[in-house]
Order: sequence, then C-alpha cells, then structure tokens
Amino acid sequence: MARAVSTRTKVLNTAIAGTLGFLMFFPILWIIILSFKTEEDAIRAPLEVLFQSGWTIENFLTVQARSDYFKHFSNSVIISLGSTLLGLIIAIPAAWAMAFVPAKRTKDVLMWMLSTKMMPPVGVLVPIYLIFRDTGLLDSLIGLTVVLMLINLPIIIWMLYTYFREIPGEILEAARMDGATLKKEILYVLAPMALPGIASTILLNIILAWNEAFWTLNLTAANAAPLTAFIASYSSPEGLFFAKLSAASLMAIAPILIMGWFSQKQLVRGLTFGAVK
Amino acid sequence: MKMKNFLLTAGTMAMMVGAGFASAEEITVATVNNNDMIVMQELAPKWEEATGNKINWVVLEENVLRQRTTQDISTNGGSFDIMFIGAYETPIWGKNGWLAPLDDFANDANYDLEDIFPLVRSSLSADNHLYAVPLYSETSFTYYRTDLFEKAGVAKPTSQITYDEFRDIVAKVHDPENGIYGTCQRGKAGWGENMAFVGTLANAFGARWFDEQWQPQLNSPEWNAAITYYVDLMTKYGPPGATANGHNENRALFKDGKCATWIDATSAANDVKNPANSKVADITDFFQAPKQATDKGTGWFWSWALAIPASSQKQDVAKDFLKWATSKEYFQMVGETKGWVAVPSGTRASIHEDPRLLEAAPFAATIKDAIFSVDPSNPTRDPVPYTGVQFVAIPEFQGIGNFVGQQVAAALAGDVTVEEALAASQDFATREMTKAGYIK
Repeated sequence: MARAVSTRTKVLNTAIAGTLGFLMFFPILWIIILSFKTEEDAIRAPLEVLFQSGWTIENFLTVQARSDYFKHFSNSVIISLGSTLLGLIIAIPAAWAMAFVPAKRTKDVLMWMLSTKMMPPVGVLVPIYLIFRDTGLLDSLIGLTVVLMLINLPIIIWMLYTYFREIPGEILEAARMDGATLKKEILYVLAPMALPGIASTILLNIILAWNEAFWTLNLTAANAAPLTAFIASYSSPEGLFFAKLSAASLMAIAPILIMGWFSQKQLVRGLTFGAVK
Repeated sequence: MKMKNFLLTAGTMAMMVGAGFASAEEITVATVNNNDMIVMQELAPKWEEATGNKINWVVLEENVLRQRTTQDISTNGGSFDIMFIGAYETPIWGKNGWLAPLDDFANDANYDLEDIFPLVRSSLSADNHLYAVPLYSETSFTYYRTDLFEKAGVAKPTSQITYDEFRDIVAKVHDPENGIYGTCQRGKAGWGENMAFVGTLANAFGARWFDEQWQPQLNSPEWNAAITYYVDLMTKYGPPGATANGHNENRALFKDGKCATWIDATSAANDVKNPANSKVADITDFFQAPKQATDKGTGWFWSWALAIPASSQKQDVAKDFLKWATSKEYFQMVGETKGWVAVPSGTRASIHEDPRLLEAAPFAATIKDAIFSVDPSNPTRDPVPYTGVQFVAIPEFQGIGNFVGQQVAAALAGDVTVEEALAASQDFATREMTKAGYIK
C-alpha cells in the first residue's frame, strides 16, 4: 500500500517537474519554432503556426546578410572570456586571503562587495559613460571587458570564497611546510582541489557576461557590439520582424546553450558543492 | 633635372595617395529597424562605392535608440556621426546646440530643399535653423474594410465625421462571433504608443495638455470625456487584451482581417495595401480621422529624419551622406529598385507628383492631403503655449506622456477609473512641471 502511494507520488512529482520544466523551456522552444517561419506565419495564432504553416531557413540567411553575425559573435567571446579570466586573476588571491587568512572585518568586506550588486547599474551609467568618453574607451573591447569584469567580480569572489572554505587549511599548511611558495601553493595545491568550483565559476560568469545587455548596449556602437546588440537590432515597434528577431535570438543564444548543455554536470556539481553539510 | 622631375612626380603621387586615404572615412549611423531604413541600408553601398567612404550601421529598437542617442548626444560622447531621430527630439536638441545646423543644404540647387514640404521642414527646425532632413513623414487616418462596410450598409464618409458617428459605424461592423472587432486602437502604454492616438482623440474633444501658463489640464472635463469615450469604445468594440496592442500588433491584426476599422499612421498604408503581406490589401480604404468638439489636431504629425550630432568629427562626410539619402534621386532609386509602393512618403513634393508613384500607390494623394491638413503650431481648440499635435515639444513630455499613457492603459484594463487615472496624471504633470520651473 505504502509502495503504491509512493509510486503515485513519484509519478505526480515527475509530472509536476516535467510540466514546470516544459513551461520554463517553452519561450525558447517558441523562439526556435518562430525562427523557422515566415514573418506572416509567425504572427498567426499558435495552433496555425504549428500545424498550418511551412518551414524556412530564410530568416537566418537574411539576418546573416544584413548583420555580421561572426563579428558580433567574436566580440561576445572576447568580452565574456576576457572579463571572466581577468576576474579570476583578481578574485583567486582575494578569495584565498579571505578564506585562509581571515581578518576581523572579512565578513564586512564580503558583504560590502555583494552590496555593490544591489545598486541599479543605471545609477552609475552617466559617470562611467563620461569616464569612458574621456579615456577613449567608448565602443572598445577593452573597456567593455573591464566593466563586465568589475560587475561580475563580487560574484566570482563570493563563489570562490565559498569553495575555498571547504578545503582544509591544514593541507595548504602542509604544502607550505614542504617549502611551497605562495604561487605554488595556489597553483599546485589549492587550484586542483578547487577545480570543480573554479570551473563552475568560470562557466557561470561566461554565461552572465554573454547575456549582459545593459552595459553592452550602452557602451558600444559599431566596433565592440556583441550579440546582445545583434539581437536588439531586430526588435522593432514598427513593421514585422518577429521571425527575424527569433532567428537572431537563436543565433545569439545557441553557443551558450550548447556550452551549458555539455557542461551542465560540471555546472550543477560546482553550484551545489558544499551545499549539503 | 631628371631627379627633380622624379621627386616632383613621386611627391605628387604620394600626396594623391595620401589624399585618397584621407578622404576614405568611416561614419557611424544610429538607426531603427524599420522597412525604410532596411532599404536605405541595402542601397547605401552605392554611396560607399561612389565616395570611397564606409558606413557602420548601429541598428536598435526605437526606445533603446532614443535612450542611447540621448545619452550620447547630451554627454557629447561622439559615438555617432548620424542619428535617426524624430520630430519630437529635433527642435529640442537643436535648441540645446546638440545638432549641427543643415542650413547650407538650401544653397545646393541639386538637393532642392524647397521641394521638401514646408510643414516637414518647419517641424525639423528650431530658431529658424534646419537641424534634420526627413526620410518620411506621417499623419494618422482611418483604415477601414470596404467589404464589411458594404455588408453593414455603411457608406464611406465623404467628409470628416465625428467620433460619435464613428462609434455608430463601429457598432454596426462589430462582429466578434466571426472574429472581427469593430475597431482596433492602440492600448499599449507609452507616449509614442497609446498616447499618439489618445493625444489626437483628446484634441478632438477640445482638450489640451497645458493652458497658456503651462498649468496641466488633465483633470478637465474635455480629457474626461475623451478617455471615457476611449475606454467605452475599446471595451465594447475592441479586441480582448487591447492594453498589449501597440502599432505593430494592431497592424498585424488589421492585415489578418481581424479589425473593421483602425485609426493609425499613414506610413502603414503601403504595407496594408501590399497583397504579398496583407489579407485585406484589396478591401481596405481610408478616410480622415474623426473630429468631435473641434477638427483641430485630429490627425497626428510625425517625421523620421536624419541629423548630425554637433559632437561628430566627420560632419562633412555625414552631410554628404544625408544629402544622398534624402535626395530626389534616392527616392527615385527606391522606386526603381524596390517598387514605387515602397517609396517613403510625405516628404518631397516632386516625388508625390511622380506619375509612377501615383500609379503604384493611388492612396499617396490621400496621404499627402492628410499631412497637409495638420498644423502642429495650432493643434488645439483652445490656445496653448506649445507646438506638437500628439506630443508637446518640451523635454519633460517624455516622462509625463509615459506616465499618462500608463494611467490610460490602467483605466482601459479596468484597474482604475477614468477619474482616478486623470487625477493621478494631473498630480504627476503638476509635480514635473513645477520641478522643471514652468510653474512657479
């Protein structure tokens, strides 16, 4: 009897989880469907879109012909990888110091770092815009990489701090007693043990930088514009561009979706690392 | 002597090559994603080939573009050499000294500035200086379905009808059981969305945004009558979920045969009358937007134009492109390569008189007449201190217009009463105008 109830519960839970998963995935599924429809078909009633219209790859060809996808793609890759790597260079020593050599105010410093994420970005848009104008960084990959690194730095430090805290300090102490320098201690002892955490930090920050749309739209024009600007160029309140917008969106999110798909185990493992004690 | 000649020739060649490189400039154009600009992007390589210059296009959604260009031009950022802006921003930015004057276009006989309709030129000028040149201009008129009117026994109005008469017609053609709604009007909140239509409706009912002392008038009986009419009309005869419908959604609904009437931009006519895009191309006709207490300001006026920010370092090249992109030859090139029905309307007299346009788009004459009937300098029944039909040409209007648009949308959704929506709008407008120093 108990077994029957348990199976029913399992089925119910699976059904609920499946439904919720489908609902969450539905917008992306709809983007995929619309991207293969003509503009006229894309605005028809949902059932007509599904069953009474043909399929076409014309939108992808038009989008590529009108906008240089590969230039935007390479800008996205440079900005997201660059900002994540730059962030790691600063965050690993910072997280190491706070995890293994905590001071009286370490917790306060961590909270202060997190508090910078609570400020709406638009609040500092004009000052940063003026700094970028005066330093010639407007519409440059370097400028955008630095800004995205700064925005994601608190998250990188927090994540690494959490992972580092799980590693017993005694192991590092032993390495030190064996004569390891600080550089060797971090590179050959700490880094291999924290690899799942570092990997998930890298993955999450690449995703965050890839999808960042406020700064990438506001600080770029023609040269450094990444895929977020590529999508924005197909949004329009006048005229019909739903299908092309869907095609542009799919082209923009496809690389990160594929990367997320292949690294999901790593990502979940890293994100849940140390969650259950 | 030979050596001297050699050096002279080499020097001249080096100067020529240098000059060649110097003249090849790259300019950045910020623009929206609409059909007319897509055509321009497709034809621009001809200008690039002829001049050796290159254009970098930055295409953004209209609201993003507005925010992005405002931010750049107000901080003297210099990210763009040409901006695609409207009749609202041009005079304000021109007065601020943010745009390069284009007065010297008048000296170019080939460009023929006088050929551009005076109304359009004046709407893109401030303090007698021209600050932008138009790609297309529009007013609003009523799209209607000839087959549904015929079925309901309604004749096409031959003169301007009142909104009361319009409602009677809408009631007759309303047939929701067959998926046809009596009227589709903008409901999506925003000064450029629902307030474009609501602004002209309010004008028709005798309302005004401000009195001569800049005191907001949003709690006046005229505004109340206009919004009450709007909510009543849309609730009884509009499509469900109308607060989500802006220009685009209504255009799609109309083209799909779901609306019997639609009061909106003349610039959509080409698309609606194109059988390749529209199910109702052959059964759509137009008449003037209705009046009520007055016939002033009942059709809006808008112009999309190209301007050069004062911060641009390449103003000469930018001017050269502007002349090319708004010349008679450009419009003719669009007609010859993309079809005359695709030619942007409402800017040049010579293009509107071209027999090829009149043959391909017979409604072009109706559009011209409608545009000529608008007077942005005298938009309301009672005197006002501002210009602009569906907007008020002051910087504060964007914020006020958006807020009132949200209140009107809330009233349409039934979340608040018309009185509550207008009271909140009046408070907001009074606060903003006091803060900006218009009201002491």
